[in-house]
Amino acid sequence: MTFRQRHLLGIEQLHPEEIKTVLDLADSYVDLNRSAQKRSDALAGLTQINMFFENSTRTQASFEIAGKRLGADVMNMAMQASSIKKGETLIDTALTLNAMHPDLLVVRHPHSGAVNLLAEKVNCAVLNAGDGKHEHPTQALLDALTIRREKGRLHRLTVAICGDIAHSRVARSNLILLGKMENRVRLIGPPTLMPSQIDQFGVEVYDDMEEGLKDADVVMMLRLQRERMDGGFIPSEREYYHRFGLDAEKLAHAKPDAIVMHPGPMNRGVEIDGTIADDINRSVIQEQVEMGVAVRMAAMDLLARNLRADRAAKPEGVYV
Amino acid sequence: MTTTFTNARLIDPEMDTDALGSLTIEDGVISGVNAGEDGTVIDCGGKCLAPGIVDIGVKIGEPGERHKESFRSAGLAAAAGGVTTMVIRPDTTPAVDTPETLAFVARRASQVAPVNVHSMAALTKGRAGREMVEMGFMLDAGAVAFTDCDHVVTDNKVYSRAMTYARSLGALIIGHPQDPNMSKGAAVTSGKFASLRGLPAVSPMAERMGLERDLALVEMTGVAYHVDNLSTAHALPALERAKAAGLDVTAGVNIHHLTLNELDVGDYRTFFKVKPPLRSEDDRLAMADAVATGLIDIISSMHTPQDEESKRLPFEEAASGAVALETLLPAAMRLVHAGLIDLPTLWRAVSLNPARRFGLPGGELTQGAPADLVLFDPDAPFVLDRFKLNSKSKNTPFDGTRMEGRVLGTWVGGERVFGGDDA
Repeated sequence: MTFRQRHLLGIEQLHPEEIKTVLDLADSYVDLNRSAQKRSDALAGLTQINMFFENSTRTQASFEIAGKRLGADVMNMAMQASSIKKGETLIDTALTLNAMHPDLLVVRHPHSGAVNLLAEKVNCAVLNAGDGKHEHPTQALLDALTIRREKGRLHRLTVAICGDIAHSRVARSNLILLGKMENRVRLIGPPTLMPSQIDQFGVEVYDDMEEGLKDADVVMMLRLQRERMDGGFIPSEREYYHRFGLDAEKLAHAKPDAIVMHPGPMNRGVEIDGTIADDINRSVIQEQVEMGVAVRMAAMDLLARNLRADRAAKPEGVYV
Repeated sequence: MTTTFTNARLIDPEMDTDALGSLTIEDGVISGVNAGEDGTVIDCGGKCLAPGIVDIGVKIGEPGERHKESFRSAGLAAAAGGVTTMVIRPDTTPAVDTPETLAFVARRASQVAPVNVHSMAALTKGRAGREMVEMGFMLDAGAVAFTDCDHVVTDNKVYSRAMTYARSLGALIIGHPQDPNMSKGAAVTSGKFASLRGLPAVSPMAERMGLERDLALVEMTGVAYHVDNLSTAHALPALERAKAAGLDVTAGVNIHHLTLNELDVGDYRTFFKVKPPLRSEDDRLAMADAVATGLIDIISSMHTPQDEESKRLPFEEAASGAVALETLLPAAMRLVHAGLIDLPTLWRAVSLNPARRFGLPGGELTQGAPADLVLFDPDAPFVLDRFKLNSKSKNTPFDGTRMEGRVLGTWVGGERVFGGDDA
């Protein structure tokens, strides 16, 4: 078993073996979550603080349940309503919390790199729950677990990621992870929603859904933010749906057993047709949510093990 | 009082020479070159003696942000960096946009700064791009150029009238070319690195758009114009055309765009956040080449002090700018050591050309020129410790970096303002 990280800041820092370690452990937590007991004491005695500087219902709930199932003391801080509004800087907030001796900090922040900055200033394990347009590592890991369980492997698959790539941390983490695991990654979307020079990341770029979806094993749809639909990036919602919304006709170009994924929350009728999202033979969107809890349990468990080992190696509680 | 520097490698940007010799100064001016030993003798031990650096990009926190940099701290930093003349920027709070503010700045400078200080003035009131400042009064009060710095004048009518008025006064206008809509909110240059880090980015083409616009207005009005802070290869052909067409245009680049590239930002290091953002390595090399060929005339420090608080923020929110008065010389020596330019060429860019363009004394080693001199060892290695900088703000991208090139002594008007008697 290999997992050497002190924090989970992004997929970029992970070795493929470490990704495998997380997924293997997550598999066992899937079983636990499906059992009647649903409890472990892996994080017993540890304090987990969820700091969400950006609105989130699903991810925060997922981290909260994951922590509670592992026996951690979980606290949610609604950062939007708190001292940030009073002008306190991110660093000061971090130092204040750090003084309360948390063990796991789960952080979401609207600015890229903010979680990395925070991780430098605290002496506990930090999990990135999404930073700006940068990374969302647990989302990529849960997507990977879903794919691996559905397809029986996580390599040599053709994965199409469709939609607003430019503003998506989910897409970035996913394309890095899928690349590391030696898959063929395609990005599909209008050029106005593609990051610059994205073709240099070892991916294939398409602006036509039918071409891009051809023979894909996995179709990953991304949410299109409402504020991007005002004519600045795409002409209109209906034109977007016509050209890039996933419907049965477009999906027919993928492999017959291709699975459909979405990180949620979905805009039905914008990026995905409702009937596809609900098709139990194709859509694995609910499974993704289930895998999310298991993956977050696995990630926090592994980080806590490293944290405890670190502390044991350095007496007097000094573990910088 | 007479002093002779002997056994010195004299770097003469005007004659384009780099040769051993001696230099004599008397009563604040250079009185002779290779004219024998006279007065106090300083044996330079074969190190370089050159005209002091004339730095046209210095921001000082007075008025408004004295906690970031004062005239005293900047002056000490300049002296330690071999800068004998600072041309200071008007992007203060409030902006230097009235003769009264200019008088305040001049008074503060003359009281506490050990080097020569000249001030630029804002082009429009409050750098807001709407009404031109009292250019005539400001010139009388000593303004050496007019610029709104990183605030681009977007209204072409306002800009063209300000240029026309400036031309009638023979005033120099400095532009920082950038398309303000393209670059709004940008923290880095668009491309692979920006995409990987998920940071808001601006296309390098935005600089060329800004430059082409400015050059069209220069052609229209005939004003003397210096484009500063050029950083992209895309902008160079436009500059070349303007010069070939005989427009009164010169160009500048700042030291960070000559020595760093976008990848130096690494893991969101905010000390590498500058404006315009760092560019690709290809752009950096194109800038260095343009300095070597003379297409770019002037290198400046773009010295922009920022306190720790304004830098210890997520990259997008952090303030832009870096201090550079003390690192300009060793950083520029990288270009020399890399074989991209020679010392006389470098000294044209940091001393002779800025002095001439701004109508200031300096930049020369000839008889009668002011005894503004820097003695430096071009090869002396050291590791930069930011907390040893004289600037109040320590935001240098070179912290912990190995550098070569050390200032041993600085003289302003014949007075030694930096260095001991060990030279």
